[in-house]
Amino acid sequence: MNQVIAHEVDFTDYKSDVTPVWCPGCGDYAVLSAITKALAGLGLARENVALISGIGCSSRIAAYTSVYGFHGIHGRALPIAQGLKLARPDLTVLCAGGDGDGFSIGGNHFMHACRRNLDLTYIVMDNNVYGMTKGQASPTSAADWTESKLTPEGPGVPPFQPLDIALAAGASHVARCFSGKVQMLTKTIAEAIQHPGFSFIQVISPCVTYRPEMRDFKNLVHESFTEACTDRREARRRLIDDDGFSLGTLFKSVEPSYKPSHRNSEPLDELERQFAL
Amino acid sequence: MTVGQILVDAAARAGWYGLFRRSLGPQIRGGESAALLRFGDRPILNHGDSFDLLLAYDWGNINRFAAELPLRPDSVVLFDPDAGEVPEVIERTDARCVAAPLAQTAKSAPGVRANMVGLGLVAHALGLVPEDLKSELEKALGDKGEEILAGSLEGLRLGAELCESLPADIWPKVVRPAPLAVPRWSITGNEAAGMGAIRGGVRFVAAYPITPSTEILEWLAPNLTRVGGQLVQVEDELASVNMIVGASFGGTPSLTATSGPGLSLMLEGLGMAVGAEFPITLIDVQRGGPSTGIPTKSEQSDFNIAVYGMHGDAPHIVCAPTSIPDCLSTVQWAVSAAEAAQCPAIVLSDQNMGQSRAIVDPPKSGGPVAERRLAQVEDGAAYKRYALTNDGVSPMSVPGMKGGEYTADGLAHNERGTPSTQASDHQSQLDKRLRKLETLDCDDVWAEVAGDGPVAVIAWGSLTEAAREAVERSNGAARLIGVRVILPLQEEAMAKALDGVSKVLVVEQNHGAQFFHFLKGHYSLPQTVESLHRPGPLPIRPVEILAAITAMKGDA
Repeated sequence: MNQVIAHEVDFTDYKSDVTPVWCPGCGDYAVLSAITKALAGLGLARENVALISGIGCSSRIAAYTSVYGFHGIHGRALPIAQGLKLARPDLTVLCAGGDGDGFSIGGNHFMHACRRNLDLTYIVMDNNVYGMTKGQASPTSAADWTESKLTPEGPGVPPFQPLDIALAAGASHVARCFSGKVQMLTKTIAEAIQHPGFSFIQVISPCVTYRPEMRDFKNLVHESFTEACTDRREARRRLIDDDGFSLGTLFKSVEPSYKPSHRNSEPLDELERQFAL
Repeated sequence: MTVGQILVDAAARAGWYGLFRRSLGPQIRGGESAALLRFGDRPILNHGDSFDLLLAYDWGNINRFAAELPLRPDSVVLFDPDAGEVPEVIERTDARCVAAPLAQTAKSAPGVRANMVGLGLVAHALGLVPEDLKSELEKALGDKGEEILAGSLEGLRLGAELCESLPADIWPKVVRPAPLAVPRWSITGNEAAGMGAIRGGVRFVAAYPITPSTEILEWLAPNLTRVGGQLVQVEDELASVNMIVGASFGGTPSLTATSGPGLSLMLEGLGMAVGAEFPITLIDVQRGGPSTGIPTKSEQSDFNIAVYGMHGDAPHIVCAPTSIPDCLSTVQWAVSAAEAAQCPAIVLSDQNMGQSRAIVDPPKSGGPVAERRLAQVEDGAAYKRYALTNDGVSPMSVPGMKGGEYTADGLAHNERGTPSTQASDHQSQLDKRLRKLETLDCDDVWAEVAGDGPVAVIAWGSLTEAAREAVERSNGAARLIGVRVILPLQEEAMAKALDGVSKVLVVEQNHGAQFFHFLKGHYSLPQTVESLHRPGPLPIRPVEILAAITAMKGDA
C-alpha cells in the first residue's frame, strides 16, 4: 500500500467529472461511492492508486474515479492489473468488473490471480446478468432463469460459485458484500486494500433493468460471516451452508505472494560475455 | 545435437565462421534429428545450396527429412555399415557413398561412443586438433565425470584415425583460417533476440511457452534478473499480452515472445495497445501454420496476421530481423520504436533463425534504448493523455505522477481519454495514431540494400541472406532489398532503392505469396513483378533464387 497523505480528504475528490452510463438505481453507484470513500478514509494519494477494469456496465467504473485508471478489454482486467503491480509494487492497485467479465471470459485469469496472491484488491459487481448486451444469462444466473431471449429455457447449468473458487484457488482474503449496505462495503474494501495479498470481494449489485427481482435481495441478505476465518478448511466448511446471501469477510490470512527472483544490476557487457567464445 | 554444438563452437575457436541448424522430428525426446552445419572463412548467415558431406549415424525415419538434406553427385555420404544399407532416397542423389564403421570403431575401446567417433572424424577432416575440441567437450559434458571425458577423448582420437583410413579424395580442400584477435560470438537467433530486448531497455516479460520461441523466454528468465528486470510465467497467451500492457502502463518497457497460435490469441490485446496507446514488443518466432501446423519447422506464413490481423484500423510496427545476429539489433530497434510511437511492435523471426546457431563477429555495443515521451503535468491543470499533436505522439503520464491521472481506454475516446462516440473524436484520434507512425524515423534500418543490378530481389526475414548470396553470384544482374521494416510503409526509401530497376523478384517462405501481395498492394513497383515462394519446411536456397534471377534476366 502506498504512502498516506497528511491532510483530510473528501471522498468526492476521488470521483471524476464523467457522468456514468449506468441506469438510475443501479447498484454500481454505491460501489463507486464505497471505493472512493475507502480511498479517502485511507488517505491514499490519487496518483499512487490505479483502478483497472475490463468491459461491461460495471467496468466503466475506472473512468468515474480520479485515480489512474485503465478500461481495458473484456475479461483481461486481472492480467493488466497484475502486470502493473509486478512492475510497480509501490502502487495501490485495484481491479473491478462484472460477473461475466470476471467469472466467464476472464475465469482462467481469476483462478490464477488467486493462486499468485499478489497484493491486489479485486471487486466484482455481481448482478447475475450481462447488462451491456441487454440482458443475457451470466455465469451466476440461476439454471432456470428464463428471461433472456438467448436462453429462453434458462441457461441450464448451475451457477458459478465465486467464493468457493476463490478459496480453492488460493485467494487470501475472500468477502461478500451487498451494494445496498455501503458502510459495510466501504469498510470491507478498506480492509481488502490493507490486506497484503489477493483480496476478492463479491459485491451483490442489483441490475434494476434486466433483473428487477434483485431489488428484493435487500430482504434476503444476512450478515452471517461475522468474523473472518483464518483457517481455509474452516472457511470451506462455512460455505457448505451458504445460501449465496451471506455477507461479510469469509476468510483472511496472510500467506506468501508470488515474488519475482531477486534482482541485480550488472552492466550489459557482463551479460554479453556469455556469447564470446 | 551435442556433436553439432561442440563442432561448431570448436571450429569457431579455430577461426571458422559457421552456422548450425537443427532439424528435429516431432518426438518429445529422441527421435530422428540432423545437425546441419556450414563453415566458411567469412560470415555464414544462410544455409547454402547443398551439403558437401553427410555423416549418417543411422537412417531412422530418413524419408521424413531427406528433402532437407540436398546432396549433389560430388557430395560424400559417410555411412555406418552397421546401420544397414544406404536408403534409396539417398542413393538417388548419386552422391558418393563411403563406409565408415563408427559403431564398430567405438566398440574397440571401453567407454567410447559412436557419436564421439563421428565428431573426431569430421573435426579431423576440418583440420581441427584435439585441443580445439577439448574445452568444448568439457563444457558439453559438464560434471559427468573424468571417466566419461576420457572415453570421449579416446573416441575423438579413434575418429581421427578412422578419417585417415578413408580415401583422401573425399574431402574438400580445407585451409585452416588464421587465429582470431578478438573472440567471436556463438549465438542463436533466439538468444540474440533476448539480448536485443535487454539492450533496448525491456525490463518486464510475461511468458507462456511455445515452440520455437521458448528459448527466448528461457534465456531471458535468468538474464533479465541480472539487469534488474523480471520475467513471469503466466496462465496463457491472453494473460501474457495483457500483463505486458499493464507493466507498460506502469512505465516499464515490456515484451513477450510467442509463435503463430499464440499470436492469434494475442491479437485483441495488441489492438488494445494500439487504441489505448501503449508500447509493447512482441516477438513471433514463426513456424509452419495454420493451426498447430509444424511446430518444429520454419515458415514465413504469419506475415498477413502480423500486418492485417487486428480488427479496426490499427496502425502498428511490424519488422523482421534479416539474419541471426540481426535478431539482436532488430529487436532492440523495435523496443525503442514501440516506446517512441507508443504502440505495439511485432517482430517476425522464424524457427530457421531462432533455433540456429551462428558464429559471428561481436556486434557493436550501444544502439537505441527505449525512451518514452513523458508528460509535464501539474496538479489542477486538466491533463490530456491523448492530446492531438503535430507528430501524433501524445506525452504520456505514468502512475505516480501527480496531476497526470487519467483513464486509459480501448473505447474510442476524446483527447482526455473520456469515451466518445463522436465522429470527429474518432477521426482525429485515428489520424493521430497513423500520424505518429508516418513520422517515425526508420531511414537507417528499413532494409538491407546491396548491389545495383536491374533485377531487384525483395526478400524479408531469414531469406534475406540467401537472397544476398544469390545476388552476389548473379554477376551484377541483381540487387538485394531485404526489407526489415514492414510497417510503417517506407515508400520514399523503396522508390530510391528501386531506382534503375526493371524487374522485381519477391522471395518468401509461405504458400500464399503473402509478402508479394502486400508489396503489390502498397508500393509502386515496376510492371514485371514475379514471386518465388514455397511453404516450409524446405528453405529456399541461393541457387533457386539465382535461377529465378537468371530466368527473369533472360526474359528481357
